[in-house]
Amino acid sequence: MKINRFWSWLFFGVGALYFVLPLISTAEFSLKMRRGAYTPDAYWTVLADPRFQQTFTYSVLMALATIAFGVLLVVPTAYWVRLKLPRWRPVLEFITLLPLIIPPIVIVFGYIRLYNTSSWLPLTGSAMGTNLLLMFGYVILSLPYMYRAVDTGLRAIDVATLTEAAQSLGAGWVTILTRVILPNVAVAVLSGAFITFAIVIGEFVMAALLNRPSFGPYMQLLGANRAYEPAALAVIAFAITWGCMALIQFVSKFAPRAPGAQH
Amino acid sequence: MSLAWLGVMPFLLFALLFLVLPTMQIIVGSFRNAAGEFTLDNIVNLFQPSIMAAYWISIRISVASALLGCLVGFLMAWAMVLGGLPGWLRSPLLTFSGVASNFAGIPLAFAFLATFGRLGLVTLILRDWFGINIYAMGFNILSFGGLTLTYLFFQIPLTILIMTPALDGMRREWREAASILGASPFQYWRMVALPILWPSLLGTFALLFANAFGAVATAYALTGSSLSIVPILLFAQIRGDVLQDPHLGYALAFGMIVITGIANFIYIWLRARSERWVK
Repeated sequence: MKINRFWSWLFFGVGALYFVLPLISTAEFSLKMRRGAYTPDAYWTVLADPRFQQTFTYSVLMALATIAFGVLLVVPTAYWVRLKLPRWRPVLEFITLLPLIIPPIVIVFGYIRLYNTSSWLPLTGSAMGTNLLLMFGYVILSLPYMYRAVDTGLRAIDVATLTEAAQSLGAGWVTILTRVILPNVAVAVLSGAFITFAIVIGEFVMAALLNRPSFGPYMQLLGANRAYEPAALAVIAFAITWGCMALIQFVSKFAPRAPGAQH
Repeated sequence: MSLAWLGVMPFLLFALLFLVLPTMQIIVGSFRNAAGEFTLDNIVNLFQPSIMAAYWISIRISVASALLGCLVGFLMAWAMVLGGLPGWLRSPLLTFSGVASNFAGIPLAFAFLATFGRLGLVTLILRDWFGINIYAMGFNILSFGGLTLTYLFFQIPLTILIMTPALDGMRREWREAASILGASPFQYWRMVALPILWPSLLGTFALLFANAFGAVATAYALTGSSLSIVPILLFAQIRGDVLQDPHLGYALAFGMIVITGIANFIYIWLRARSERWVK
């Protein structure tokens, strides 16, 4: 048993070292902009860069739009399938798994071919149309996480009884969805929303190929031209990802427990 | 006849327009020539040395990072769940895995340049403190080895996240029963633990493979276009038709779908098998 524990610590230690070293190195590198001293200059340079502010704002807005549209699309669908169409669940699950199977670069390649200026729906013809197309692309990318989160959330509540109770009190479908179902799956929706935010904020391929001024292509450009600022950006990006995951853990403490579940 | 199916139509329409049709467009395009006639020429043209080389290096990087990711991730998850490490380690490790498995793309490339690049901290420490110049030894972050090393940063945590529930399902009684019947630890692993775990392990491998194969951003930010892997070649093709044949571009993308598709179906199939044991 003692030997066993030695190996455990060894594996764990080597793995932990591999994960900690890049984080320390990046943080250290990002502070070295001024020769001979550790200063946060690289961070100030990045934060003061108007292109950083523009692209970051663009990506935040894009993430919020993606979350809003995704929730609007996924919650009613997942609810309806649970309530009325249980046989369709495998179909929906398969569709929501597809974005993990088809690489994003292929999906966006299809967009460029399908929605170019000479097509039946020329979305790429205008800036607003391309923004919309990019947002739809992000909804697709986040679908596996959003749908699974909401579907799991719905499993924990008694959808049929809640619906009947609301209906017998005279509620319509909109009221049921917004005032009965949504509050009950709020935690699941928030988990899906935070992971969507983490995905969209740094996404590169779709934004670059659709030529939109988002944070991912800005980071790439900065990486090709500067030395210390990219490390500062990496630290910021890691902090954002970490923040999103921490928020997911935090809100999941408030999730309703499945009926009959222990604890 | 109920009209309940109408309720999922908005979703299905959206998925059709922005997921299925764009993909079909690429697949159909790869079987057509410029005049719109059916042809297999594009697929045949994939078998030219430069494109085959791109597929080959992509497959090698994906296999290497998936194998190492599975191995290290499995050992770490095993150490945490069954290896007798203190229980308080579990929650931070799982949280960190959740963060790191989502920390990919451009910033990950920056982090590894700051670590193993020519002026990276680890490179300098190895050179100045230990007298080991990894660049003189042939290592380069902008290469096969460097990219594999970088991909492990999201491959290992993904393995930990998938394998932990599988390892949680390993009952203490199985090990006790085996040892009562006289099995050595090696026999326990070979005849009890691994037969139960291999569908999860192989499934994880398939998922990691597809994960690495489709990744563009990290490789692009790390190597620019100096390392010709399939996603980067496709990226350049979409931007500027570097192959000078749009339909060959479709075929290149089609090849990616086929490879990641096979890997993912193996994963889904094996996951269904392995879930029989996790109750």
